[in-house]
Amino acid sequence: MICIEMNGNRKEIEDDVSIAQLLEQSEISSRFCAVELNLEIVPKDEYGSRRLVSGDKLEVVTLVGGG
Amino acid sequence: MSTPDKTNQDMFSPLKIGTHSLKSRLIVGTGKYDTLALMRDSLAASGSDCVTVAVRREKLYDREGKNLLDFIDLDRFTLLPNTAGCYNATDAVRVARLGREILRSLENPGADWVKLEVLGDSKTLLPDPLATLEACKRLVDDGFQVLCYTSDDPIMAVRLKSAGAASVMPAGSPIGSGQGILNPNNLKIILEYLKSDDPDYPVIIDAGVGTASDVAIAFELGADGVLLNTAIAHARDPVAMASAMRHATEAGRLAYLAGRIPRKLYATASSPEEGLITSRPW
Repeated sequence: MICIEMNGNRKEIEDDVSIAQLLEQSEISSRFCAVELNLEIVPKDEYGSRRLVSGDKLEVVTLVGGG
Repeated sequence: MSTPDKTNQDMFSPLKIGTHSLKSRLIVGTGKYDTLALMRDSLAASGSDCVTVAVRREKLYDREGKNLLDFIDLDRFTLLPNTAGCYNATDAVRVARLGREILRSLENPGADWVKLEVLGDSKTLLPDPLATLEACKRLVDDGFQVLCYTSDDPIMAVRLKSAGAASVMPAGSPIGSGQGILNPNNLKIILEYLKSDDPDYPVIIDAGVGTASDVAIAFELGADGVLLNTAIAHARDPVAMASAMRHATEAGRLAYLAGRIPRKLYATASSPEEGLITSRPW
């Protein structure tokens, strides 16, 4: 297991998990979201290949109502 | 004097902002509705074809399972992502880029623009002018078409236009306050300054609208568009208020194009002075 930070919360995940797998496990539709890994935006076509490592900071954002 | 044909043509001309062209001159927000279904119906009643959205963390717990975008017809509406809640230029640029990333994958035309909002104070929600200018420059350099929320200060408006903003959007009054247009004179100066050598430059009144007459006044002053959220979302009947805003947009714009009469101190009779059978007292 490794420890990452996801949307401000510490989270323990298995080794060698991709961003795509993490989103699926978290029941997040990648269609409506954007992912930032250590302050860099990850292109959608890299979700499957980018593996998370201990200490990674991940932000997963979506659109909500706003003015 | 404008001919009826010219007035009619101008009435239905689209609102052009950078490379974007909107049929409606009313841009509405998607926040603060009691339900997403009520939001959807209100957006439809507003007649708008552009809505603002905010970028926020995905909720990882207690998810309702419904996304805002399930209730917005992406074939009809261009999304305008905002940087609401940002208090410095770095955060605003970061949020703008994340919004662009989401809209690119949705293939929505709004991916290349942003409503820039950099606040200075959480009580007044007034913009931080220095941070707004800095963020505007950085976003323009990054290829964004920036619609820039600002105060009603004419000098700041000129600075933002010079920095490359696709539209300057002065507030009528503080966000969500419903106070309407507090300083029409400043807005008149902004419109004069920004349009003096560039009459098609779009100036949008953003924030502070309380009711339909505020929208009509904004257009009568010569604004090209109005952006509002709370006045519809928190009305007792949001769908009816959205309809009122649509009518006020048309009425205000048409009145502006038609040309109001000058204000005069004394009265002018509408009935003929000649042929009176009565006599004047003096």
